[in-house]
Amino acid sequence: MSDTVAHGAHPPGFAHQFEDMTQQREAGNLGMWVFLVTEILFFGGMFTSYIIFRTLHFASFEAGSHLLKVQFGATNTVVLIVSSLTMALAIRAAQTGKRKGQIIFWLILTMFLGALFLGLKLRYEWYADYVEGIVPGISWNSGAHAPGVELFMCFYFFMTGLHAIHMVIGLGILTVLVIMAARDKFSSRYYAPLEISGLYWHFVDIVWIFLFPLLYLIGGRYQ
Amino acid sequence: MSMAIADLHEAPADSSVNYLNATYGIRSWLLTKDHKRIGLLYLATTTLMFFVGGGAAVLMRLHLIEPQGALFEPETYNKLFSTHGIIMVFFFMVPSIPATLGNFLIPLMIGARDVAFPKLNLLSWYVFVTGCIFALYATLSGGVDTGWTFYPPYSSSFSHTHVVAVALGVFIAGFSSILTGLNFIVTIHKMRAPGMRWFRLPLFIWAMYATSLIFVLGTPVIAITLFLLGLERILHVGIFDPAVGGDPLLFQHLFWFYSHPAVYIMILPGMGVVSELITAFSRKKIFGYSFVAFSSLSIAVISFVVWGHHMFVTGQSVYAGLVFSALSFLVAIPSAVKVFNWTATLYKGSISYEAPMLYALGFVGLFTIGGLTGLFLAALATDVHLNGTYFIVAHFHYVMVGGAVMAYLGGMHFWWPKITGRLYPDYWARFAAFMIFVGFNLTFFPQFVLGYLGMPRRYAVYPAEFQVLNVMSSAGASILGVGYLIPLIYLTWSMRYGPPAGPNPWGAKGLEWTTSSPPPTENFKEIPIVTEDAYNYPTPEVPRV
Repeated sequence: MSDTVAHGAHPPGFAHQFEDMTQQREAGNLGMWVFLVTEILFFGGMFTSYIIFRTLHFASFEAGSHLLKVQFGATNTVVLIVSSLTMALAIRAAQTGKRKGQIIFWLILTMFLGALFLGLKLRYEWYADYVEGIVPGISWNSGAHAPGVELFMCFYFFMTGLHAIHMVIGLGILTVLVIMAARDKFSSRYYAPLEISGLYWHFVDIVWIFLFPLLYLIGGRYQ
Repeated sequence: MSMAIADLHEAPADSSVNYLNATYGIRSWLLTKDHKRIGLLYLATTTLMFFVGGGAAVLMRLHLIEPQGALFEPETYNKLFSTHGIIMVFFFMVPSIPATLGNFLIPLMIGARDVAFPKLNLLSWYVFVTGCIFALYATLSGGVDTGWTFYPPYSSSFSHTHVVAVALGVFIAGFSSILTGLNFIVTIHKMRAPGMRWFRLPLFIWAMYATSLIFVLGTPVIAITLFLLGLERILHVGIFDPAVGGDPLLFQHLFWFYSHPAVYIMILPGMGVVSELITAFSRKKIFGYSFVAFSSLSIAVISFVVWGHHMFVTGQSVYAGLVFSALSFLVAIPSAVKVFNWTATLYKGSISYEAPMLYALGFVGLFTIGGLTGLFLAALATDVHLNGTYFIVAHFHYVMVGGAVMAYLGGMHFWWPKITGRLYPDYWARFAAFMIFVGFNLTFFPQFVLGYLGMPRRYAVYPAEFQVLNVMSSAGASILGVGYLIPLIYLTWSMRYGPPAGPNPWGAKGLEWTTSSPPPTENFKEIPIVTEDAYNYPTPEVPRV
């Protein structure tokens, strides 16, 4: 969005349709908030369906919940929360006009934590599920579980899969931010892309904060 | 009318450069970030989809000339009405006014250079086209027979048609709606010109804002619903399909949670357009500006809590039905507020009957019929009798076609001189408007009677005693079809041969009329400063006795 230099010198990152940087920054922020509202409704449809089916097939969903690897789910929850912290620190570093090295450091740490989350999930959860034969449609050990368990596992894969897609998109965004930071795009006067991407990253975390108890914990495991 | 045209057209030398001729070549259109060009891209796409969906409707009406069906196998007929519904709802009605007129007008009306996110705007067109391609592919390679609602089990394992492709097309096109809605919300919040306070905004903007709220809040739900539907078909697990333990009612709840508000996505922009037309052609301030503005918002809000009235006879609890029925009646209040305010605006106005005004007046009448018959359907007892009959078909066509399409055409005729800088032949435009009005009523009024007498919708055959009314309806459809083709011809003709329009051919108020026609790429030479309310038409000089 920086395709014209109509009148005189503009601050870096300024897009021609706006009057000034404040307007641009506010528009970007509002745009991301509206997008997150959409996302809430997007996940909301799935959460609603999950809750309804959990009520309909309570015993199966409880049994299904016990098949999940709660220790990795818990570890990943911590990993994601820390990644939100590092993301916030990256924004803070830009806001307070720190060197670009610091911004890049926090961004890369965030990416590392995001990748760690996906790696743990892929290797120790989904792959293990595949080996155990509890992946519906791909590797399903029919006969071993009630039909409702298959439905639970479907929702588990839909919901965590959708969340993982959001994580991958987040990693892509972070990569762009690292490149922008390396090119000295950010300063204490211009850090809107960091701030807006941060909103997205925190949102993806919050979705997980809801997914984790809903899928892993409320199966009556610790009664 | 003509006095206002006057000599506003004192063209400075560089006013010949506008958004249409600033750059040339196919690339300059396909990679444009100009909201006006993107609006025209949408116009071309939705017009194509309109004639695809309309073609399916013509074939259906031809088939229904004879009680045993004149042309097709029942399976083919099923595919025709499904195609008609899916294409018209998701690929024409939903994007029609918002994505064409909305894209073109919102920045012009609020005094901005462009929408807040021009690249996102272009992306949303590409996303939409991708969705269209999926839908057209599925149509051409055999079609679907699920109805536009995709109800399981019609859409589950029983259907061997291209359900996944079409559902994917609707899913993808939905993201285009979301991005457009997001863009509009931010644009309206943050891009208004100095002095353009909320209560100085044209009512079209209020309507677009309400529509955008529904885009953003409703569309993701249909997206996830169709996603689950597709996954169910692929993985054969029981989500919605009762044969494998799923819950078909859940699908209907989720589907209508979006699709009922989507009805207001289709009608709210039309209401916004009509507010503009009626004030412009009766040269009066709108009666009760804030009531009209807030009625748009309240329709958007209420639209989210009435979805259950589509499910009175599908096994939802009676108490839920009672609540949904009561809530549905609420929609009548803001709708009636609008109709009364338009009528009051007309009262003692200096009314002139140019083509856009004919469409607007047609809208008011037809929407009123469509809205009032909606009350029959919101009432539990009558709905049991009328549900699933042609009464429903007639009701929603009065709202969607008699309402939304009339408003769309009225808006197109009103802003066409601004879009192209050319005038179209007014005689033909009035003729077409009249023909559409007659054809429409002849097509759909008999369907109210048919439905009341008990003819069910979606059947390829019907009892012989219904033939007269069906032939009337088919005859009306052919008039309607010709009526839609005429504007296509003369509007296209006017792009090259129409006389120049000048900046404000109607003498209308509003920022879009203060810039040249067609507008320059940056819309305004200088960002305007707004000092007056919307529709500030001069009060008549002669005191009325």
